[in-house]
Amino acid sequence: MSIKQKKLNLKDKYQYLTRDMAWEPSYQKKEDIFPEEQFEGIKITDWSQWEDPFRLTMDAYWKYQAEKEKKLYAIFDAFAQNNGHQNISDARYVNALKLFLSGVSPLEHAAFQGYAKVGRQFSGAGARVACQMQAIDELRHSQTQQHAMSHYNKHFNGLHDGAHMHDRVWFLSVPKSFFDDARSAGPFEFLTAISFSFEYVLTNLLFVPFMSGAAYNGDMATVTFGFSAQSDEARHMTLGLEVIKFILEQHEDNVPIIQQWIDKWFWRGFRLLSLVGMMMDYMLPNKVMSWAEAWEVYYEQNGGALFKDLERYGIRPPKYQDVANDAKHHVSHQTWSTFYQYSHATNFHTWMPDEEEMAWLSEKYPDTFDKYYRPRFEYLRNEHAEGRRFYNNTLPQLCQVCQIPVIFTEKDDPTAFSHRQWQYEGERYHFCSEGCCDIFKNEPEKYVQAWLPVHQIYQGNCGGADVGTVVSEYYHIKPGTDNLEYVDSPDHRRWLEIQGKSPAAKHSGDKQDAA
Amino acid sequence: MSIEIKTHSMEPIRQTYAHIARRFGDKPATRYQEASYDLEAKTNFHYRPLWDAEHTLNDPERTAIRMDDWYAVSDPRQFYYGAYVGNRAKMQEAAESSFAFCDKRNLLGRLPDATQQQLLRLLVPLRHVELGANMNNSMVAGDATATTVAQLHMYQAMDRLGIGQYLSRIALLIDGSTGAGLDESKTFWMDDALWQPLRKLVEDTLVVHDWFELTLVQNVLIDGLLYPLVYDKMDQWLGEQGAEDVSMLTEFMRDWYKDSLRWTNAMVKAVAGESDANREQLQAWINQWEPQIYQALTPLAEATSGLEALDETRAQLAARLSKFGLNSQGVSA
Repeated sequence: MSIKQKKLNLKDKYQYLTRDMAWEPSYQKKEDIFPEEQFEGIKITDWSQWEDPFRLTMDAYWKYQAEKEKKLYAIFDAFAQNNGHQNISDARYVNALKLFLSGVSPLEHAAFQGYAKVGRQFSGAGARVACQMQAIDELRHSQTQQHAMSHYNKHFNGLHDGAHMHDRVWFLSVPKSFFDDARSAGPFEFLTAISFSFEYVLTNLLFVPFMSGAAYNGDMATVTFGFSAQSDEARHMTLGLEVIKFILEQHEDNVPIIQQWIDKWFWRGFRLLSLVGMMMDYMLPNKVMSWAEAWEVYYEQNGGALFKDLERYGIRPPKYQDVANDAKHHVSHQTWSTFYQYSHATNFHTWMPDEEEMAWLSEKYPDTFDKYYRPRFEYLRNEHAEGRRFYNNTLPQLCQVCQIPVIFTEKDDPTAFSHRQWQYEGERYHFCSEGCCDIFKNEPEKYVQAWLPVHQIYQGNCGGADVGTVVSEYYHIKPGTDNLEYVDSPDHRRWLEIQGKSPAAKHSGDKQDAA
Repeated sequence: MSIEIKTHSMEPIRQTYAHIARRFGDKPATRYQEASYDLEAKTNFHYRPLWDAEHTLNDPERTAIRMDDWYAVSDPRQFYYGAYVGNRAKMQEAAESSFAFCDKRNLLGRLPDATQQQLLRLLVPLRHVELGANMNNSMVAGDATATTVAQLHMYQAMDRLGIGQYLSRIALLIDGSTGAGLDESKTFWMDDALWQPLRKLVEDTLVVHDWFELTLVQNVLIDGLLYPLVYDKMDQWLGEQGAEDVSMLTEFMRDWYKDSLRWTNAMVKAVAGESDANREQLQAWINQWEPQIYQALTPLAEATSGLEALDETRAQLAARLSKFGLNSQGVSA
């Protein structure tokens, strides 16, 4: 070649190896090739302004990912061969994995589908490649999680039908409707919801509790997945931040749209995390940190700094952030109480914390635990000891948006439910909070479609006229095995056998053996 | 003599997940099975997509093809993510040493200008076809419901990006990593009459809505004519033009195409074998698209290895399709 030019720097070279492969079409109209870019109202003036959040060519991707996979599977194999499930702190811990496999892993798969879709929808080739790499990463997470849990599924109950349950079980419509909401939205909202709000702002409140929980509780399989996925997650976070900055810089009219999405997805994400809060405070026999501490570090401090940084684009922190900050003192206790009384209809067990755990909760929640929650738990513990383990046989009112039972309380009054209602086209809808009510009012035509599990049971669409039949036939939750109280469950008895303690030596309802 | 370490084996409650046991029985399952069957959401979707008035989320009716069970399509290579990246990591390692060797010995840089021009005009612009294939496969991965089918297309999408990057690097070897060769090559794609029928074809595939029509057109029909034409016939022809060294830089594509035949054949076989209605639909799409693809590749064939070479690859494709009860216009057929 005779043309004299400078050697490409890394950034330009990467752009030549990705976006330069695309071209301006002449034989089809651009809006026919990319028909989904307009309807959300987001204006993109120049896709070339997109900064690549990371620069991985495919050969490097294959190479680095293959190295990670090789190490990961070597550890999975060793874990299974050596029956590593016996090394966990306590079988109660496995209930966190049941929640993970039925609630979180299906979201990895939905993310794979969502990112494959937006990896086609954007007209910016750099953004498409970044989304496609995230899509295949999420496929990885979905599959490696199946493999990580595979051995637990063989030795514990409740992990056997995660995807089936995700589509059907009442509390799993909380994560399911979250991702259905994002995937039924347009591509820019999907990225704001998942890449920014979820993978960037809130990721540490989902990922860290489960993975550190595994580390603190002797679960080598899960923690190894966590370590292995860390560098994937770092890429996903970078994409989240780049996306939001790019859209905000493209046009000033984008700012109010993005602000509304940030408000919505912060609140939906925060509600989804109620499940993680209870997992952290109650399901981990060895505690990592309290939910309140996690929220302070990962949301109030880190999120605070982030939204400070976004001020220059005209973005303010999410609406009702003050409510969420205050709720950190309550949310895990309220959620655990709810699951405790409805665990005849869950694929995992519940139990009452022992004395030592209650002392820890008193210490971590000095202003709320002893006042509002300890008396409740002591009452329930006594009832159990008296042979009256409490199950609530009346199904709860669900929130029309987040689909969690309406169990949350007013910011300034932890004894009053923050129930809201609203009429739309002659029908009445109920909400757990102002946050969810606002989301409904912005898009009522979307949320009136929700498949609310309790309503569907009452409509007779869940394979049975009573909860027992729904649970066993429709949910595939095996009664007396997967569900109910942990104490005396088959998992509990099996664990005592593993520990060399005879299950017959204990009395029913004696909670000391739960520890 | 063999040594056997005694291990403590524990009796499990069950051998695999229930959705795997329902398909394959309660026995230990393979990694491929646990990673690929029935993982996706199938029912009780909460809201209809804002971007598609006709369908729900995860809707099997995004194609006109009907399958009683889409899991009749599976991957003979048994690729789940880890197996996929492991295999491609090995392939890229071989490609890397070839590129490094070419670079070190300046095998492309020392070619005569005219030969370099031929590479930039006749080979490198195929990276744009690969980008179209990348987009088409990403769309299929987002639209197909069954995980066995969706994952095949996600891998395929990323492979096409990788192949486009290898083709781009051929230009970078020629231009000494300045990008000038890539710029020049792209003007051929945009303006040279030789490429316009193919560029129109690729743009036409980008507006196909039925995902199975799209996978058939892209992964079976276009690739079925283009890969043998370019990476076998044209590869020989380039050798005759004094560019035989480039052949080691396209080894990845030959290995890759051979590998892709395994799953595309398995997929078409399962879908065509399902029902007469499916086979008629596939036949209608083949009748519509195959002649267009042949026409679109004609100028490239005429400028390189000759029309007979394209006719031969057309006959190969026809022979392949006839195994599934489908016809297309092969020369000898």
